[in-house]
Amino acid sequence: MSDSVITLSDSDFDLHVKSSEVPILVDFWAEWCGPCKMVAPILDEIAAEHPGKLTIGKLDIDHNLDTTRRFEVMSIPTLILFVDGEPKVRVVGARGKAQLLQEIQAYL
Amino acid sequence: MGTTDAGRHAQVVVVGSGPAGLTAAIYSARANLRPLVLAGEPSSTSDQPGGQLMLTTEVENFPGFVDGILGPELMQRFEEQAARFGADIVRRRVTRVDLSERPFRLWTSDSAGQEESVPDVSADCLIVATGARSLMLGVPGEDRLLGHGVSTCATCDGFFFRGQEIAVVGGGDSAIEEAVFLTRFASKVTIIHRRKELRASKIMQDRAFANERIDFRWNTVVVEVLGASKLEALRVRDTTSGEESLMELAGLFVAIGHEPNTALFQGQLELAANGYLVTHGGSSTSVDGVFACGDVQDHVYRQAITAAGSGCMAAIDAERWLESSKHRRP
Repeated sequence: MSDSVITLSDSDFDLHVKSSEVPILVDFWAEWCGPCKMVAPILDEIAAEHPGKLTIGKLDIDHNLDTTRRFEVMSIPTLILFVDGEPKVRVVGARGKAQLLQEIQAYL
Repeated sequence: MGTTDAGRHAQVVVVGSGPAGLTAAIYSARANLRPLVLAGEPSSTSDQPGGQLMLTTEVENFPGFVDGILGPELMQRFEEQAARFGADIVRRRVTRVDLSERPFRLWTSDSAGQEESVPDVSADCLIVATGARSLMLGVPGEDRLLGHGVSTCATCDGFFFRGQEIAVVGGGDSAIEEAVFLTRFASKVTIIHRRKELRASKIMQDRAFANERIDFRWNTVVVEVLGASKLEALRVRDTTSGEESLMELAGLFVAIGHEPNTALFQGQLELAANGYLVTHGGSSTSVDGVFACGDVQDHVYRQAITAAGSGCMAAIDAERWLESSKHRRP
């Protein structure tokens, strides 16, 4: 993992998301979710290919229920792209790399 | 494994990476054929690398695992075993095939999400193991509320329904397995089934009937999925009286059966009336040099172990076909 992949929690979520100078793609995931594990390496690749343009924020829903509820996440993996602290794109369910890039391309 | 370029020729190309495809890969790899496995791309339906087992929990009937094993872990082991013998496993989706001449040509999703303008993979022989995917209900509201109370993955989403009332639609083993699993979270799980008895195996039925949190709604079909921003209720119809009523629920899981992933091969390989690939004499299809295994050609047994067994057959058939001198490349 590079610097562009960070771990988020209920306590520092707003701090990171609101202060981020680049778009931050938050990955709502959990250890027991198979499709989440398939998406994780793709997110690492996307982060590595867009240095300085995108941060990936990992939020383990098991330990961060407040944030999970606040954004009404009811299915994982859910990815939400925040730009200037505002949610702009929401992707529910696992996707291939090309499809994911297509969803967020406009903000990179 | 990565999402890097697949582009190359291989003697054996396997399309699909469930128990059938990866068993075919293990056998082909051990025969020194260096198979290329086009494993598919991530999704939250059964149409993903690893196949249907990626969305299950405990697999209790795969021989050798006395205490059971988690579906995703079992598939991870299949994959590692195939890779150990030299199978090249690539997470790409095949978007088009041309089986009209040899070598067969395949197009895969490239990194920009567009089909390669030229085929990027060619194969002397092809093993089709694309499996089957879960059917959805196809009723109003279902698509719109997918991920907002409607789920295709109990293991992914059960967690969100802690203490809530939910429903599972279906009457087979998958439906019952999901319902039993979901009682870990939900306060009540109603199984909605269009008949008055279950199709599931005896052991699964016994578990369902013994579970206090599981309720049944017989002779009932879902007509509409209702809710503003998330699932709130189902409109259901009693198939005997024709009466419609509302069921208030927070979650809906659909397990009503499968359809084979054969769209890629329509017009090129012989399909049965029900859409499944037709095989004969082991794993041969209607095109010489194309073999099929697993759920894409089996609507009867549909088990991990039968898929794996047929994957082994396809690999052996493919190896013998390659060995026959007329197919050997210089």
